[in-house]
Amino acid sequence: MKVLAIVKKDILIYYSKGPVVIFGILLPIFLFLAFWVGRNLPLNFLMAGLIAMTVFFASTSVSPAIAPWEGQMRTLERLLTYPIDVKTIVLGDVLASTIFGIVLSLVPILIALALNLSMNVILVVGIILSAVCFSSLGLLFSAYPSNIPATVMMISALVRFPLIFVSGIFIPIDQLPPLGQYIALLSPLTYFTDIARFSLGLKPFLPLSIDFTVLTLYTIALLYTSIKLHERALIKRI
Amino acid sequence: MIKVEGVEKSFDGRKVLKGVSFRVKRGEIFGYLGPNGAGKTTTVRILTGLIKPDSGRVFVRGFDVVKNPVKVRERIGVLPEVANVYPDLTAWQNLMLACGLYGIDKRVAEGRCERLLKEFGIYERRNSKVKTFSKGMKQRLMFCIAMVCEPEIVFLDEPTSGLDVASARMLRRKVLELKDTGVTVFLTSHNMDEVDMLCDRVAIIKDGRIIAEDSPDGIKELVGGDIAVEVRFDRDVDFFGERFGDRYVLYTKDPNETICSIVEFAKERGVRILSINTRTPSLEEAFIKILGGEV
Repeated sequence: MKVLAIVKKDILIYYSKGPVVIFGILLPIFLFLAFWVGRNLPLNFLMAGLIAMTVFFASTSVSPAIAPWEGQMRTLERLLTYPIDVKTIVLGDVLASTIFGIVLSLVPILIALALNLSMNVILVVGIILSAVCFSSLGLLFSAYPSNIPATVMMISALVRFPLIFVSGIFIPIDQLPPLGQYIALLSPLTYFTDIARFSLGLKPFLPLSIDFTVLTLYTIALLYTSIKLHERALIKRI
Repeated sequence: MIKVEGVEKSFDGRKVLKGVSFRVKRGEIFGYLGPNGAGKTTTVRILTGLIKPDSGRVFVRGFDVVKNPVKVRERIGVLPEVANVYPDLTAWQNLMLACGLYGIDKRVAEGRCERLLKEFGIYERRNSKVKTFSKGMKQRLMFCIAMVCEPEIVFLDEPTSGLDVASARMLRRKVLELKDTGVTVFLTSHNMDEVDMLCDRVAIIKDGRIIAEDSPDGIKELVGGDIAVEVRFDRDVDFFGERFGDRYVLYTKDPNETICSIVEFAKERGVRILSINTRTPSLEEAFIKILGGEV
């Protein structure tokens, strides 16, 4: 129940803002268009990439800024005086970010449906799991105890943008050089992109069981690390 | 209700608390005074489980704060000095969020929020975003939030700082009402009149150490029990008392002799005495003397 109170607070303050929603939709669409135009790639390949990018950007867009913003606005100390622990705060932030990622993923899904592309229901499971995973990654960015949101967003951008280029969204992984393929396997986004490809009728690079297993392991590791780092960092913000 | 034993705390190698010990009884209003940087806010943060002491023991409501910070916070209300409510939420949303974080059932929470907002005179503005509130209204809302869990102990860190007279008076009245209902209040304030008016006992902290602990009257007696003689003349004169605005104040153990001397002085200089009165030293004067090491 206390986690849900944090979720409601996050949605009311951060996620329900018009510019946040519009930015969450427009950024992946423009990135997608930039790579689509002039390239002869199958539509289902591109739509799978757009879905992956949207979930990734939406789930990592706001969550890194919450802790520094609350530290700066002096609302964090108020929050920490309630009978809740840091784990509750982090889980609430992750859940709110997950919901945002899932809701925004409906935009490319509706576009894909409008383009008469068929999708496997396994995509829904993939979106939920990856939204939790990416939200935990977003929280990890804000574990650096700075109360300046711009600093945290810069760290976030330094990781997020390279990740989309090495995760098989724009270039299929099997077309990458061997070193690129090894790097791709380090990115959690690779596994969700692979699930999305499968769901839109393409041959995945890895067996689906591996995609889900690795994504689950990444989720657990990122969530656990986020909680542990925030337990140290949050108190330094007040 | 509160037991603090030999608490020490350092930040970046600088010792902020150096063996602080005190106790606060149930239903007591306990004032915690000290100059800026003395360690007041650090003490409050330790008592509310926000930060851990390096050494020493702290018990609140019978729970060890280090081992059970969440358990301690279930029935304490906190009004932090520097913290803020969410400016983009309405007063109602802020209060309901607090209820959610205390785990209060929604129906109970709604009734309690309505009662508190009415009590503190901000019910009509419940649907306005807090960013449109004045400082006084925000502080009233913060007070409501501190009360929402029906606390056994309330920590008030500079509750009336920067408030207009009406809001400050209202909050002071609420603090006294809390005492009547058996709530323990831990109050830090720079307003000595407020502390004198509200507190049953006072502790003064300086450089991380408690240097005095007594009732407000006991603290005043600690500085020697001198009587203050206040005098106003009809014009500026070269007088030997401390000057406060158009008044001069002298501290004496023999007010009769001092008053006679002042009258003599006025005759000699040809000035008129507009007013003269005696009073016991204020808590502020005692506080200043204690901090100055005169005790």
